[in-house]
Amino acid sequence: MSWLDTVRSGLEAIASHRLRSSLTVLGILIGIAAVILTVGLGEGATASVNSAISALGTNLLIVQPGSSSTGLVRGGFGSLSSLTYQDAQALANKVDCPDIAAVAPQVSTVGTLVAGNQNWTTSVYGSTPSWLSVRGRSVQVGTFFTQADLAHDANVVVLGQTTAQELGLFSPIGQTVDIGNIPFSVIGVLSSAGSSSSTNEDDMAVVPITTAQDELLGSSSVNTIYLEAASRSTMGAAYEEATDELLALHGITNPVDADFNITTQSSLLQTATSVDHTLTVLLAGIAAISLLVGGIGVMNIMLVSVTERVREIGLRKALGATPRVIRRQFLVEASALGLAGGLAGAALGIAGTFVLPHFISNHISLSGSATAGAVVVAVAIGVVFGVYPASRAARLAPIEALRSE
Amino acid sequence: MTGPATRPVLGAQLPLVQLVDVWKTYTAGEVPVHALRGVSVSIFPGEYISIVGPSGSGKSTFMHILGCLDVPTSGRYYLGGTDVSHLDEDRLAEIRNHRIGFVFQQFHLLPRLNAWRNVELPLIYAAVDRRARRARALAALEEVGLANRANHFPNQLSGGQQQRVAVARALVTEPDLLLADEPTGNLDSRSSADVLAMLAELHRSGRTIVLITHENDVAAAAERTMRFRDGRFVGDQESAA
Repeated sequence: MSWLDTVRSGLEAIASHRLRSSLTVLGILIGIAAVILTVGLGEGATASVNSAISALGTNLLIVQPGSSSTGLVRGGFGSLSSLTYQDAQALANKVDCPDIAAVAPQVSTVGTLVAGNQNWTTSVYGSTPSWLSVRGRSVQVGTFFTQADLAHDANVVVLGQTTAQELGLFSPIGQTVDIGNIPFSVIGVLSSAGSSSSTNEDDMAVVPITTAQDELLGSSSVNTIYLEAASRSTMGAAYEEATDELLALHGITNPVDADFNITTQSSLLQTATSVDHTLTVLLAGIAAISLLVGGIGVMNIMLVSVTERVREIGLRKALGATPRVIRRQFLVEASALGLAGGLAGAALGIAGTFVLPHFISNHISLSGSATAGAVVVAVAIGVVFGVYPASRAARLAPIEALRSE
Repeated sequence: MTGPATRPVLGAQLPLVQLVDVWKTYTAGEVPVHALRGVSVSIFPGEYISIVGPSGSGKSTFMHILGCLDVPTSGRYYLGGTDVSHLDEDRLAEIRNHRIGFVFQQFHLLPRLNAWRNVELPLIYAAVDRRARRARALAALEEVGLANRANHFPNQLSGGQQQRVAVARALVTEPDLLLADEPTGNLDSRSSADVLAMLAELHRSGRTIVLITHENDVAAAAERTMRFRDGRFVGDQESAA
């Protein structure tokens, strides 16, 4: 019996039991759609967490001063004033620290900004021109300050979008903003970065670090030094280099006594990714169970079909069908049910990835490999769960099969 | 019943079917049941034989072995000179497909296939291509006088017509042997006569037919009647014309 005839015969058998076949297909369809949606949901969550963390700079090392101890009271990290602008310049040395691509020291304070009759209190950061790339930001209008501005203690400021709005500055370039009664000239506005969980990244003012230290703070200490490793793979090396350099600069021999602390974003990324991974595995597990249930549905239907068609099987055997031909015919039926369920499920799943995000806030990724895999699995389910009913059909003795009523 | 039958002269021609001391024993529980107890018979090409006997006489078992639906427990069965008594399932299926045509009491037509697609079924298993299958199925329907019902489904046909479709299905492979198991058992007397007339016609055209029945008047349609009782032949008689 040719494959074409086998397939035609199988499809005819499916078509002759439309309701039953479509219920079976429905069982698989739900499982497959669930797999595609849950995998997509998991991947979507991972992708959005990743991009949020990447926006902060994934290759970022954050150096903060260590903790101070006043008597028995120990301050937290950052309570010491152990970091200086000179530390930052030393870390930028390509000979000592080849794996550190960029360095941005940062001081911060809170200041009241005044423009005309508007005032607004916000974070004021002092940094260097590399702050822009290290923090993964860009300027929307105007320019960022330059090394020359640093050298001259220039009174220039770059505003966040929210800050500019709150100050009523709709064409802010060239306008004057007073920070703590010192006039600054607005040279640029940052592009929007959205808000992270704790801070509004669009509400800030950035000035040259030298200006901030001399005119706003009156101190030469630095709150934070941002280091950007050349790539994610060199973060370890950059970490070592920064530690060694700072220990040497601060004259500390035992690393346990270090008066600074270096943290990375990658640990945060790892945690977030592993949480998402766990979630994906959990959801995929639920989806896999629903596929299993769908598979048992196929077996059930195929067994019913075999029982119901005992006479037909007997007749076909009497007319010359070998056990192999009978087995193949039932396998074709089962896998066709699986394929139909798989394709319909994939269609539903794909539709779901586009429609569902309109109703829930989560982003759903469409995973091509998960979709293709799900269809393959659906066919495999048809075959695997069709094997037993098919071999039962093939083993039927033609005489008894013909005799049954 | 007479006719210009090609009555074989014993010994002058090789038998189509030759059973030598065939036993069939079923072991249902503790007690072995001997359905056939040493049956030996020869059937020659072109013969029209009826097998009669009460139920439980072993005539159904005999037909199953004759039709290669089952194999003997002991003894030999030569079909066209080939020993088929110990073949495996695949070879038996092939022999059923190529050499034997079955007609059953319950017709056994597939309800979702129309007449010609029912008739083509054995050809599917013989791996005949689709176009040839259709042509041969239509020719077989023509032979049983149902060419104009080729596209009718079984439930659109009368009992007699359904049985004629079944006969067409049995003939479509040009088998050596036509086995009819109570072919008139589910038919009214007019349809019965119809089917028997058709079998007689097929016999006249040279086919070898074995007809199994429990009705004496049906058996009388054949040119030779063999009586079965308790798993043995108890009589072999020429039908009196």
